[in-house]
Amino acid sequence: MNISIFKIIIFSFAIFFLFIFWQGLKKNNNYDTKRLIGSRISNFQLIGMNNDDQYISEDNLKKNQFTLINFFASWCSPCRTEHKYLLNLSNKKIKLIGINFKDKKNNANNFLKELGNPYDFVGKDVDGKISILFGVYGIPESILVDSNLTVIKKIVGPIDQTQYDKILKLIQ
Amino acid sequence: MKIKIFLFIAYVLTVTHVQTNDSQTKLLKVYKNLRCLVCQGQSIADSNSDFAITIKLVIQDQFNEGRTEDEVYNFLTSKYGEWIVYKPTFSKGNLLLWFLPYFVFITGGLIIFFIIKKSKYNKDN
Repeated sequence: MNISIFKIIIFSFAIFFLFIFWQGLKKNNNYDTKRLIGSRISNFQLIGMNNDDQYISEDNLKKNQFTLINFFASWCSPCRTEHKYLLNLSNKKIKLIGINFKDKKNNANNFLKELGNPYDFVGKDVDGKISILFGVYGIPESILVDSNLTVIKKIVGPIDQTQYDKILKLIQ
Repeated sequence: MKIKIFLFIAYVLTVTHVQTNDSQTKLLKVYKNLRCLVCQGQSIADSNSDFAITIKLVIQDQFNEGRTEDEVYNFLTSKYGEWIVYKPTFSKGNLLLWFLPYFVFITGGLIIFFIIKKSKYNKDN
């Protein structure tokens, strides 16, 4: 009688672990930023790319209804593909802040000269430390915030037509 | 006098060396508990990716500013979510993760105990 109870216990354990493994397989193990939606961006100061005396901080962004913070670099080829969408967004009800990531100033200026400058302000992140404050882990990456600096959307990778449409929907 | 100066220099060098080693060990411990988001399966300590290098700089800065280990983890979790730490903080969502090993250990022990007891009882009879 006791043996059959043990068998039932061991069988239940086996079923339980199989269920856990099955659940584990279904789970997406890639990093995603969904959980960061709703968090707030704070304590930052962004120094101008071409002028060290120019800077923006939290208070400046609070004045805007919506701000899209875009990390870019001249050496980043996906940044080129998303640039046309940023140029289109610059005509909409949204402020664009560009943060030049680990780049040379001259190259960044040439990049903006060649493709057009969609940004209301271009800041610099020479050693990448600012990107950590914004929870960025690769570029291009864009963060849409509202006037409370709450993250509404985070786009990892280049902005494409689908993402562009989603941004437009959110800022309407 | 010369011996005193020599001893003083040796003392300063030893203290500095010990302090440097302590901070390096502390940094390495934190790096090892952080997941590199770019290169899956590697910790920040193992990775040489751009992201890992930047995270290391930020952690060094934070320690230099006097922040504690927990404060560093909290800061990075607020920016990247729980996924960045290998050892997640205790919450309702990971209750099983924390208690399951103990549960399995105790239950397994009990099963083995009863099986042995049962076989002894069978032998005796």
